[in-house]
Amino acid sequence: MIRAIARVLEERTHAAPFGLKALRYLFPDHWSFLLGEVALYTFIVLVGTGTYLALFFHPSTAQVVYHGSYAPLDGMQMTEAYRSTVHLSLDVRAGLLMRQTHHWAADVFVAAIAVHLMRIVFTGAFRKPRELTYYVGLTILGLALLEGYLGYSLVDDLLSGMGLAIGYGVALSLPFIGANVAQLIWGGPVPGTADFWSRMYITHVFLLPLAIATLIAIHLALVASLHHTQFGGGRRSERRLVGLPALPSYAPRSLALMFTVFAVLFLLGGLVQINPIWLWGPYHVADGTNGAQPDWYLGWLIGALRLMPAFDVTILDYTVIPNPFWGGALFPSVVFGTLYAWPSIERRFSGDRVRHNLLDRPRDVRWRTATAAAFLSWVLLIFMAGSADRAYILFGWSYETQLQIYRVLVFVLPPVVFWLTLKICDELRRNEEVERHRHEAEDEARAAANRV
Amino acid sequence: MRRAALVLLAAAALFVALTAAPARGDSTPRSALAGRGAELYAENCSSCHGIAGAGIGAPSTVHGVGDVAGFGPSLRGVGALAADFYLRTGYMPLRNPSVQPRRSKVEFSPDQIRALVAYVASLAPGPGIPTPHPARGSLSEGMSLFVQNCAGCHQAAAAGGYVPDAVAPPLGPNSPRDIAEAVRIGPNLMPRFSQSRLTDAQLDSLIAYLLYARHPDDRGGVALGHVGPVPEGLVAWLVAGVVLVGVCITIARRPA
Ligand code: HEC
Ligand code: HEC
Repeated sequence: MIRAIARVLEERTHAAPFGLKALRYLFPDHWSFLLGEVALYTFIVLVGTGTYLALFFHPSTAQVVYHGSYAPLDGMQMTEAYRSTVHLSLDVRAGLLMRQTHHWAADVFVAAIAVHLMRIVFTGAFRKPRELTYYVGLTILGLALLEGYLGYSLVDDLLSGMGLAIGYGVALSLPFIGANVAQLIWGGPVPGTADFWSRMYITHVFLLPLAIATLIAIHLALVASLHHTQFGGGRRSERRLVGLPALPSYAPRSLALMFTVFAVLFLLGGLVQINPIWLWGPYHVADGTNGAQPDWYLGWLIGALRLMPAFDVTILDYTVIPNPFWGGALFPSVVFGTLYAWPSIERRFSGDRVRHNLLDRPRDVRWRTATAAAFLSWVLLIFMAGSADRAYILFGWSYETQLQIYRVLVFVLPPVVFWLTLKICDELRRNEEVERHRHEAEDEARAAANRV
Repeated sequence: MRRAALVLLAAAALFVALTAAPARGDSTPRSALAGRGAELYAENCSSCHGIAGAGIGAPSTVHGVGDVAGFGPSLRGVGALAADFYLRTGYMPLRNPSVQPRRSKVEFSPDQIRALVAYVASLAPGPGIPTPHPARGSLSEGMSLFVQNCAGCHQAAAAGGYVPDAVAPPLGPNSPRDIAEAVRIGPNLMPRFSQSRLTDAQLDSLIAYLLYARHPDDRGGVALGHVGPVPEGLVAWLVAGVVLVGVCITIARRPA
């Protein structure tokens, strides 16, 4: 039976060589190689749940009066976008499950990419010949951030509106072109025109998902054609890949991982509340809530906006660079710029232009590990500064003092982390050395005993 | 007849003593209740609020909390309204005059509070204790009013927020009377909302909404404190992240 189907297919596609190659494709085994896969399966959940939401969501700024099932909103003026989201959350079958799963999946998607990226950087997987794979991956991360921001904004609840107002401020702050950029995107002052909602919507449900899916396809094609990297040791070498073939070994594991990802995300979506928009209420320009925060993956930008001391660049009466530029535009440009430039920077410093299929153990390339750890600590600190107000309410730590401490730590902590990481790498390697000597001595002793 | 006139006179005198005392301040005799309050006051409050509620103001070494210059503001004219609120919330007696009062353990018995309130009210004429009727209010009007007037400090779901140098507390534990009093007083950095900014009927709606917001319609599973993305991000990393990394490690382990 299977043979018959295979023959029918083969006669019509001549795909057998590809199929056989795919089945025999080798997957080296280390758990950290699965992080990218987690991101991939999360993306599938995002597309699936997002499609369901799109069946009920109206991307419209038309003003309507709410008369739905949620009493506290009754009679309130709001946009159709917000009304339809409340409706799909509270009155559509499985609507809230899908919306919450979508939101959790977005949070996990970016987290999975971020951890995957750390793995790539700390093991030197971005080195020749895989630079292109790395750039594509970084671009996916950047687009995912934008995609998440748009999703959060489309709903037009109180938090959306405040987030968009901050985005508008950052767009305006771009030197010289700011006013034009903001006008081009928003079509007018905050909250923007009806066209703006159409733009956000088509970008969120079509343009960016398409771009991300295409980049994922390219990313995977590159991974497959260059083959996986692996850690050294044993029979593994630059020329010899050791791993499990797709069938019968690897594909079932991968499927298991996929279903686990689905299960975790849908369980969260069903059991843990996320973004209860009916409690926030609709956005009106004069309204605001204390402690409005973006989703975690944009927290580093809020942190940067808060940490930056009040400081503009002005020439005479004209503000050339308004304050939001530093935290909202320059800071992410520096972070992404550094990440994009890293393979070239490293090549320039190390002079290493050889092809690599074996990964570095982080401890073996101590300066890269230390630099990456320092950079990570810097971004993390700024990220944490974004929730200083919550820390104040929860623990009573003075907000102003916290900011002052962060402003100092931002300069002090990275060098300390750099130095500490170097020490830890050295220590780990020294221990290994000692261990190896002991083993050698034991072997020798045993050999000597045998001889006697 | 003379007996009757005497009794009437005595009653009138008593009436005058009871009602006039608040208007005339310290030197006139006051009710027994306020008298007990005066003792409690001297013991617990006068170190900051001065003799007879005159306040201990500017030329002192301490800079008080908020816009208070000195150990404590004058209590003349704050009325039963403020005394009742500050004592029942445990805001007073304050430990340290430059630290924002926070809801804490109430140190006085209800009787003692009544005595202190009577005493503070007797210092000078001032507003009385309001009686809100949240049952008459409308939830949706309350929600709009809350978002427009209060959420900027107390957060959209009344979970509390940060304002420069102060906390706008979470409003979960507040009784309708607390809320009505706070709105009419404007403690610390909070603005005072007069009748013209917020009528009694609107206040009823506001309170109705706040009572609702303690246990709102919580669909979608376990609520994470109604404070938005910060705890959500923590759950994404610490629950989903840890579980998924654990699964990766398990799956990648090759059977021996
Ligand atoms: C450590 C000093 C201190 C002590 C002791 C103290 N208070 Fe206060 N009190 C203050 C300060 C400071 C404020 C202003 C608080 C603010 O604005 O947040 C205040 C405010 C008040 C107010 C509100 C005044 C207004 O303008 O609305 C009342 C009423 C009050 N206190 C009553 C009392 C009573 C009654 C006691 C004794 C049981 C007491 N306080 C003990 C320092 C003190
Ligand atoms: C400018 C910010 C601000 C605004 C606006 C504001 N509040 Fe407050 N509120 C505060 C602060 C700060 C406190 C703490 C007062 C203190 O510590 O003395 C407070 C205290 C309270 C309390 C007492 C809480 C407790 O248990 O300690 C209530 C009730 C309250 N506010 C209700 C409201 C309501 C209702 C509104 C809207 C009509 C409102 N607030 C508007 C800042 C604000």
